[in-house]
Amino acid sequence: MFDVKKIREDFPILKREVNGKPLVYFDNAATSQTPQQVIDVIVDYYQNYNANIHRGVHALSQEATDKYEQARIKIQTHFNAAKAHEIIFTSGTTHSINIVANGFSSLIKKGDEIIVSAMEHHSNIVPWQMLCERTGAILKVIPMNQDGELLMNVYAELLSENTKLVFCNHISNALGTINPIEEIIEKAHAVGAAVLIDGAQAAPHVVADMQALDVDFYTVSAHKVCGPTGAGMLYGKEEWLNKLPPYQGGGEMIAEVTFEKTTYAPLPHKFEAGTPNICGGIAFGAALDYMNAIGFDNIAAYEHELLEYGTEKLLEIDGLKIYGTAANKTSVISFNLEGAHPYDIGSIVDKLGIAVRTGHHCAQPIMDFFKIPGTIRASFSFYNTKEEIDVLVAGVKRAKNMLL
Amino acid sequence: MQIQEIQDEIVDEFAMFEDWMQRYEYMIELGKSLPLIAEQYKTDDNIIKGCQSKVWVHAELNEDKLVFTADSDAIITKGIIAILIRAFSNQKPADIIEANTDFIDEIGLKEHLSPTRANGLVSMIKQLKLYAVAYQTQLN
Repeated sequence: MFDVKKIREDFPILKREVNGKPLVYFDNAATSQTPQQVIDVIVDYYQNYNANIHRGVHALSQEATDKYEQARIKIQTHFNAAKAHEIIFTSGTTHSINIVANGFSSLIKKGDEIIVSAMEHHSNIVPWQMLCERTGAILKVIPMNQDGELLMNVYAELLSENTKLVFCNHISNALGTINPIEEIIEKAHAVGAAVLIDGAQAAPHVVADMQALDVDFYTVSAHKVCGPTGAGMLYGKEEWLNKLPPYQGGGEMIAEVTFEKTTYAPLPHKFEAGTPNICGGIAFGAALDYMNAIGFDNIAAYEHELLEYGTEKLLEIDGLKIYGTAANKTSVISFNLEGAHPYDIGSIVDKLGIAVRTGHHCAQPIMDFFKIPGTIRASFSFYNTKEEIDVLVAGVKRAKNMLL
Repeated sequence: MQIQEIQDEIVDEFAMFEDWMQRYEYMIELGKSLPLIAEQYKTDDNIIKGCQSKVWVHAELNEDKLVFTADSDAIITKGIIAILIRAFSNQKPADIIEANTDFIDEIGLKEHLSPTRANGLVSMIKQLKLYAVAYQTQLN
């Protein structure tokens, strides 16, 4: 039984006040809050078995290694990857994408084509631009319509035998659009291109099945799924991860080192140079446990209710326009008030204890598309309530009265 | 009035309000009364770098005093510039260069702005002082 009151008890931060008002946290697409269950795991690590992994023979090191590797298996199971070593621990999505972009530098040649979607986060644009600069490859963009949906017929035309890579987010951070990644992957594979799906925004809302999707790379940040910052994963198919060269050199990623030649460690260690965020990896696993205990079906159903309620209530405000009206979207509402700058609204509602994101959401091309400086983005999580949405709506109304 | 006197006056005004919603309301009012920059000066060259919302500032000499006009696409930002312009406009460049800016801290403006806006505020002050330095050189 989904009981939001009970769930809120798990999140200590939701009890605090901001500017003398109860916190209304609607910046979940930027980072999710952390439940006590995950905080306990973090504390337990530092209190009881903090040690470096994979090298010591002592008991603590063994314990930490076991927990870390158990977390990898939890993540593997959650995303239904075929093998545990296809899960690479990273510092988060940006790191994950850079591993792949850097690796492909040696596989891409001049004239090859790379396709990205028009609604990417900067972290899924810039690494590919850098890759294109290094290699002479050509970057092509799948355009979108006014609702914030990708034009799949144009995508089909962009694909050719020159296409080597396709990158797209599973869910847009700025608009909430759920992209048809099954079709994107299938069509890319038909021309022999590899596909990376950025799952940063999807992971808190849906469970992506690596094997069913047949995706080549998938990236996730732990802090979007109730885990800590600085931890995340890169899923890669074994054959691809074997083909890519390592990203960073250092300890942990080597098999044998002489000054003549170094041989690399097998997967996953080849991509995990140096001492990793051990506690972060373990807490990432614990965060997935927490969310699975609530159940992703329950989460999705409840968040959809919040999305519908929020959309309806916000649209009752005269002059309010929502950006991102795809038929298939998650609980993200990006909006503007006619005649008011998003920063002004954001500053005023902040004083009322409401945390929303204002600005371009690291997706300037989307803002350019809509010809706006930015939006106010309210992103709901399963621990939010309709009452909190009422507070937001009242806050926006108050801001409107002050500004216009 | 001297810069310092105006600054004290602003500090007193801000102290009258009970909370930040009221101060924002006041800043919005100030923003509406900002001496607007002429359209011809709203160029990319006159945009202050380091602000998240767009801010244009223009300066010109009126005899021995420097007069600032400005605009922004965000109204609270306009209010912030209006406060700065009230303190620094129509003053001698040398006085603007010498002026301290503690009143910003005294009214608590910086800590009540988001970090990006606080950085923008610092950039604005820096820009006004730069103009003063430039015109001071011209006067010499």
